[in-house]
Amino acid sequence: MNWSETLRISWAAVRSHGLRSILTVLGILIGIAAVILTVGLGLGTQKDVSAQISSLGSNLLIVSPGSSTSTTGIRGGFGTSSTLTLADSQALATSVSTPDIKGVAAEKTTPLALTANGTNWTTSVTGVTSSWLSVRARTLSSGSFITAANDTNSSAVVVLGSQTATQLFGSQNVVGQIVTINSKSFTVIGVLASVGSNSSSNLDDVAIVPMSTAANELIGGASSASVSTVYIEAKSAAQLSAAYQEADSLLLNLHGISNSANADFTISSQDALVSTATSVYRTLTVLLTGIAGLSLLVGGIGVMNIMLVSVTERTKEIGLRKALGAPPWAIRRQFLIEAAILGLSGGLLGALLGVVAAMALPGIIGSSVVISPGAVGLSIGVAIAIGVTFGVYPATRAAKLAPIDALRTE
Amino acid sequence: MVEKSIDISSKRDRTNSARAPRRAIELIGASKTYRSGSIEFEALRGIDLTIDVGEYVAIMGPSGSGKSTIMNILGCLDTLTTGEYRLGGDDVDDLDEIDLAAIRNEQIGFVFQQFNLMPSLSAWRNVEVPLMYARVPKDDRKVRAERALERVGLGDRLNNRPGELSGGQQQRVAVARALVSEPTIILADEPTGNLDSVSTMDVLALFDELHEAGRTIVLITHELEVAQRARRIVWVRDGEIQRDEVNAA
Ligand SMILES: Nc1ncnc2c1ncn2[C@@H]1O[C@H](COP(=O)(O)OP(=O)(O)OP(=O)(O)O)[C@@H](O)[C@H]1O
Ligand SMILES: [Mg+2]
Repeated sequence: MNWSETLRISWAAVRSHGLRSILTVLGILIGIAAVILTVGLGLGTQKDVSAQISSLGSNLLIVSPGSSTSTTGIRGGFGTSSTLTLADSQALATSVSTPDIKGVAAEKTTPLALTANGTNWTTSVTGVTSSWLSVRARTLSSGSFITAANDTNSSAVVVLGSQTATQLFGSQNVVGQIVTINSKSFTVIGVLASVGSNSSSNLDDVAIVPMSTAANELIGGASSASVSTVYIEAKSAAQLSAAYQEADSLLLNLHGISNSANADFTISSQDALVSTATSVYRTLTVLLTGIAGLSLLVGGIGVMNIMLVSVTERTKEIGLRKALGAPPWAIRRQFLIEAAILGLSGGLLGALLGVVAAMALPGIIGSSVVISPGAVGLSIGVAIAIGVTFGVYPATRAAKLAPIDALRTE
Repeated sequence: MVEKSIDISSKRDRTNSARAPRRAIELIGASKTYRSGSIEFEALRGIDLTIDVGEYVAIMGPSGSGKSTIMNILGCLDTLTTGEYRLGGDDVDDLDEIDLAAIRNEQIGFVFQQFNLMPSLSAWRNVEVPLMYARVPKDDRKVRAERALERVGLGDRLNNRPGELSGGQQQRVAVARALVSEPTIILADEPTGNLDSVSTMDVLALFDELHEAGRTIVLITHELEVAQRARRIVWVRDGEIQRDEVNAA
């Protein structure tokens, strides 16, 4: 009695109870598909988030106003207070005590309505200094960017995101056109090249104006000197932590704060953001995978249940096989393989369903799903293992039946 | 006390072995007590039975007398409560399941009253089952299964399932399965119990042939006409051997 022989017998047994086998397989199938999908979704989201954070620019430190309570990780007033100013940004850029800083770009953002030729479009109007383009690693598809002179003169010029240009004018070819913001006319001097819209704050839907123009003419008020974010570009990845130290001590100094625990600003690095975001998503993924794994367990119990039924139903056949000379191990093997077939079918079909769903899902929910062949192979292996594990008890029970008792049952 | 008498008898066997025919089956003081809960039932009460190689023996007796119990013991499907069972001169009482499985596979062919064929398998697939457990290669198995089916007159029914065969034909498939592994002993428990008179004659003719070919046959039956095909009839009653006679007919 070799393996292929046993396989044939077990396969015949599985097939002879078609519906029952399919229902059992369904339990495993759903579990495997769920695991593949949740892991894929988790990895996909992690990838999206880190791509989104990396798209801010390279070797970046991000300074936000407000403090973060680092002990609990809860950020009180983070990003809302007006403690960060244009002067801070200029000091960071020009101070001799910041040799590891290559460039500094401040941003002052507020959502405003834009009008052109009677078309309205609301977008985030962002005041920036001339260094913004290089610090944020952006490029122009046409025209030119805001110059230092524009900033000094509070020029009424604007650089549009590619999507914003399309929304307002229906084309990208808009240099020289006039856009009205807060009933002031601005001349379009350039259009940003698209970086894709894999971000929650759409990087292609912006209107960039000189910082002074934003402060004086558009946003103004008491907080006219405050900025919402300062981006610091370090000279290299290796100098990132040195740049961090320099920026931190300079800002503490400028703000007259001696104890860094009382800082009214927060400096975060991309790496920190990426690792925070990924760790959040990883936790979520583990949790969801755990739940999906539970459904696999339930599927496994289904296999055990059906195998016990199968053994009871075929007690007479087991007795007969023993009478004809089947040793206990041959009987055990027959039922183990039967359980493994159920597991394998569930694994293969579940992997198929999982992969198909993973291909369909990004089109529906807009989040990418990462399916690795290793994970699919592993889950098929797990499915077989579940079949075998939950088949051991029924198979052993079959193997231990006394021949005469088994033969005598009707 | 019991052990002593066994010793003596085994010594006697050995001294006589040169002249006496070879022993196929020996039951010595064989007892079987069934226990269900606190109730005990003594189905066999110290039976001594010796069957030589090549004998054709019928076991008769009223219902519940212990015939099937004897058969199960002889077929190594069940074990004695006390006493000794020797098969081909070897004690089988202390063997484990794996060895017993090998004995059932190689030395014994069963024919049951209920045929006990597997309904999902074709005739030849049913017949090859014992060979599968004997690890006979696939091609050999098919050839031998076909040959066995031809021998019982079913050469044209190789691929029919049991459901597509008459009762008599099904029992002939079962006989083919019993003889396919060339066992020394054929054990048949009421093989004709579910057959009409024509099929009964077919199956009995097969047993005659097997007897001619030198097989040891033990056949259990209710019917005297069936028993009279054997050369020796053992009468069982209430778990004891009542009469053991050479069949005159
Ligand atoms: N597993 C068991 N548990 C308890 N009692 C049993 C068991 N098997 C058989 N017996 C009893 O042992 C006695 C002998 O049974 P056995 O099956 O050997 O009879 P039999 O001679 O074959 O009868 P029949 O001609 O009806 O087949 C019967 O009284 C029966 O009830
Ligand atoms: Mg009986």
